[in-house]
Amino acid sequence: MGKEAKMIYWQLLCVYLKIGLFGFGGGYAMLSLIQHEVVDKHEWLTRQEFTDVVAISQMTPGPIGINSATYIGYTATGSVWGSVVATVAVCLPSFLLVLAISYFFARFKSNKYVEAAFTGLRPMTVGLIAAAGLLLVNHENFIDWKSVVIFAGAFLLTWKYKMHPILVICLAGAAGLFIYW
Amino acid sequence: MLGTLFFTFVKIGMFTIGGGYAMIPLIEREVVDRGWIGKEDFLDLFAVTQSLPGIFAVNISIFVGYRLRGVWGSVICALGTILPSFCIILLIALFFNHFQDNPWVVKVFNGIRPAVVALIAVPCISAARSLHLKRVQLIAPAIGALLIWLCGVSPVWIILAGIAGGLAYTFWIKGKWERRQR
Repeated sequence: MGKEAKMIYWQLLCVYLKIGLFGFGGGYAMLSLIQHEVVDKHEWLTRQEFTDVVAISQMTPGPIGINSATYIGYTATGSVWGSVVATVAVCLPSFLLVLAISYFFARFKSNKYVEAAFTGLRPMTVGLIAAAGLLLVNHENFIDWKSVVIFAGAFLLTWKYKMHPILVICLAGAAGLFIYW
Repeated sequence: MLGTLFFTFVKIGMFTIGGGYAMIPLIEREVVDRGWIGKEDFLDLFAVTQSLPGIFAVNISIFVGYRLRGVWGSVICALGTILPSFCIILLIALFFNHFQDNPWVVKVFNGIRPAVVALIAVPCISAARSLHLKRVQLIAPAIGALLIWLCGVSPVWIILAGIAGGLAYTFWIKGKWERRQR
């Protein structure tokens, strides 16, 4: 393995350890962190490809953190080992944390410092999710006014009619096929 | 027992589409109904897991595995949860390149991409609602979002700022404010 190829594995490891360690507030809140590292900083994926990965994650089983790690690990290195490294790395920090907490679970449950930190962190997750959405509003994802119509329709179906995300994606895909014929 | 644990979590990982939270009812059904962990205990685990970084479904499977069979149990449960999505996404990654430039696929994804933004916008609003945030409390998250979006600030700093803000508010600002109220 060349020096440069080895470098990518190191970067993948570090990036996904970071994502695993700072990924508070669930999958959607994690997205802005993943995009910041993977698209903006390391340019392993374009914004468009990243959006596609999110769409694929919505339609396939499993958490988005795992899905993105597996997908990006492969595309960045062109090898299955890249997937393995990224996926293990994203799980490792919380794995160690969970084991540590299991020892003194009762004390952690009502720790005043943890609670205090979360009075600030909880509202912040709303901002993190908003950033994830805003980062995807660009000319690659919104190619013309028809994209805006699809966005509005998808928003309405999910928000008002509580339609399942998979169904929304399928409908949007069908709409794309029809509109851009 | 380890085998049963593994396959239980493979099942959980395989049949929950659309993110970690979709897994919770399934995990609860498998784990609580089998009598592995008490209902109340599970709710406690759930609450603590929410305050941890990382992938929610993986973390809760690690907790459950550890409770039942120690470190090996946690490894087995985590592997079980990860494996199905790992395999499926790997297959897609292996073959998606070949389809990406297909004109049909291009059209379909042109339609899907704006919808993905909508699918992120909705949980953002519902998260703000379920936290019962007042307008004032939305200022910090709004600033955070703008910094990430427009200035390219790493979300890590925004997260750390949130933690620092929470600590400062609880131990410093809140006390001062209450004293002044009196």
